[in-house]
Amino acid sequence: MRVVFTANGRRVEADDVWEGESLLYVLRERLGLPGSKNACEQGECGSCTVYLDGEPVCACLVAAGQAEGREVRTVEGLAGEDGLDPVQQAFLDAGAVQCGFCTPGLLVQTHALLERDPRPADADIREALSGNLCRCTGYEKIMDAVRLAAARRAGEGAQG
Amino acid sequence: MEFLRPETWDEALALKAEHPDAVPVAGGTDVMVELNFDRRRPPALLDLNRVAEAARWESDGAVVRLGAAVPYARIVSELGRELPGLALAARTVGSPQIRNRGTVGGNLGSASPAGDAHPPLLAAGRGVRVEAASVRGTRMVPVDDFYLGPKRSALEPDELVRAVHVPVAGGPQQFSKVGTRNAMVISVCSFALALHPADRTVGTGIGSAAPTPRRAAEAEAFLAGELAERGLWERGGELDEAVVRRFGELAAAAASPIDDVRGSADYRRHALAVMARRTLGWCWAGYTGLPERSAA
Repeated sequence: MRVVFTANGRRVEADDVWEGESLLYVLRERLGLPGSKNACEQGECGSCTVYLDGEPVCACLVAAGQAEGREVRTVEGLAGEDGLDPVQQAFLDAGAVQCGFCTPGLLVQTHALLERDPRPADADIREALSGNLCRCTGYEKIMDAVRLAAARRAGEGAQG
Repeated sequence: MEFLRPETWDEALALKAEHPDAVPVAGGTDVMVELNFDRRRPPALLDLNRVAEAARWESDGAVVRLGAAVPYARIVSELGRELPGLALAARTVGSPQIRNRGTVGGNLGSASPAGDAHPPLLAAGRGVRVEAASVRGTRMVPVDDFYLGPKRSALEPDELVRAVHVPVAGGPQQFSKVGTRNAMVISVCSFALALHPADRTVGTGIGSAAPTPRRAAEAEAFLAGELAERGLWERGGELDEAVVRRFGELAAAAASPIDDVRGSADYRRHALAVMARRTLGWCWAGYTGLPERSAA
């Protein structure tokens, strides 16, 4: 079947999509958007987290056909014209990236957290990221990165 | 494989009648796992995401009609007052990403004994009914009659779970679940408790400790009897420790757990007694306004 939706603000089409295929497969293998990672394929690891109509979801658990006509935003769509999103920059600056496999999912999920709650407490951060597994960092640098991103966003808001 | 994409319930029911083997999919948190792992190759998927009514809930003040495809995240944010037990259970489902997609309709359709929504639905009172719809009409199935076996429900092949009707809470409700961590766990076992002061009954639900979700009927009758006999529904007051202990024993005795990878039968029985005592402590504190006594 053909599936048409919006990915990172662009209309995209995928042909010959198998009806049981996941949105993740379509993004990575058919649309050249390999940022969302394929790991557990069962919603456990969060490395395929994308926005679907503004809600962060595991792309591996969305049937491709369910994305028809909807808005998808992947990690590739976080950076703007002026460069990296503050969340991405904070992950770099805090050293929250080691092997990098979990990073795209963490970036999208953190982005969603800060959109909803610009100044999360540590417990809120841990809860928000509880569906994103990282086997390298031990999470402490990730926590630092989220705090840093929140602080910078708040600073920007104050200046703006 | 076909991908069926109804826009309305009428279309969805017509398609289900035409394709009784079609697997309904809303959040995909169960169905897509089975597809991704080649465990299931249904001839068709029936996508319910486009049926707007499925993602709505409404309340007349006495009963909430919860659309089958309202995701858990919205139950947490919108229904904490009306359906506190279900909202507490919804908070423990998966992760934020899973709660944005997973639905009570999916829990009911899958009918896994480990589904987190089942115990609070069982505890919420005799009035809980599953709205099972087909082109032949709508059946209101009492939730007690819905679960038939592991992953088997009373749904007919041409039926879809359209909604579940749950009485608005008239008293405290609690939920407790055991797992290896707070997030992303399939429950080792779980327990839900609801006090219903209006008709002076007690509701319970046990998860992951029997072939189906089930109530602890003796524990319910025992506690309701004790509360009535001692005048505690009217005057509140401390719960006798022996009552709390006995309630826990009866809750554990109602289970018929197995040993599996998540836990042993003995552990599950033990944990159920603990969870029953704890949820009773929390509920009673909520009912009386008295500080909670340790019920460990």
